[in-house]
Amino acid sequence: MKNLLQQLNQMFENRVRLAIMSILVVNDGMDFNSLKSTLGLTDGNLASHVATLEKHHYVSVTKKFVGKKPLTTYAATSPGRKALSEHLDALEEIIRQTQ
Amino acid sequence: MNKVEESIKDLSEIRSMMERSSKFLSLSGLSGVSAGIVALLGSACAYWYRDVYVSGDKDFFQFLLLDAAAVFILAVGLAVLFSTRMAKKNNLPVWDHTAKHLTNSLLTPLITGGFFCVLLWYHGDVRLIVPAMLVFYGLALNNCSKLTVSEIQYLALGEIVLGLLAMVFPQSWLLLWALGFGALHIVYGALLYVKYER
Repeated sequence: MKNLLQQLNQMFENRVRLAIMSILVVNDGMDFNSLKSTLGLTDGNLASHVATLEKHHYVSVTKKFVGKKPLTTYAATSPGRKALSEHLDALEEIIRQTQ
Repeated sequence: MNKVEESIKDLSEIRSMMERSSKFLSLSGLSGVSAGIVALLGSACAYWYRDVYVSGDKDFFQFLLLDAAAVFILAVGLAVLFSTRMAKKNNLPVWDHTAKHLTNSLLTPLITGGFFCVLLWYHGDVRLIVPAMLVFYGLALNNCSKLTVSEIQYLALGEIVLGLLAMVFPQSWLLLWALGFGALHIVYGALLYVKYER
């Protein structure tokens, strides 16, 4: 059990970061505002969590302009997908061992 | 065990986020039921008009065109109304990226079908219009079965089968149209309502 707990990714202990990654692995890419409304978060809160994920290279950021408006789009990177998948495996294993 | 409870909560959070962000889940069963009722009323009008006025095929065709347009506008309006209400009740945004995605997938085959029917009419193949409407509508629904409640694929299959039947029995076009756009919508909407909204 102790070994299993170590396999849990600390990045995903925060439920907001877990939710962001879950959304980004099933959607090809999502802009800031869609992400914000799906999660029901404030600008600052979302920005800081995404920044953490970006720093760990779990999320890639693309910035472009649509007309005069800036549009920031986020996507899950392959290390990010791998990390979430391993985290899921560990969660499942924890539940399985207690049954 | 605390850790286990937390793991279960995390897993359900992941699941809900994946589903909520990729599927439009505010499609109310009531929109299906109301669309079906409107379509049945429309078919009843057509049936009644054919019985009362037998003044000529061209006249009847014009009436059908108006009738179908009225049914379409009313049904879409009611579907939007009920879905907006359901989204508000569940505290979800209505016009988010899932709704846009769904609309795109639905409209591409639907507009193609619309042009196809107009061209059938242009070439005088009016007997093929009802089968084409049902088949294209079924394909449009099938096209968005991954983007909303998965039960919609059964409705899609039903429409396609009825469309092909309308091809085999062209004389029963009004009955098959009423079954496809009326009865099927009501049954599907009611099942959805009982399963998710009660």
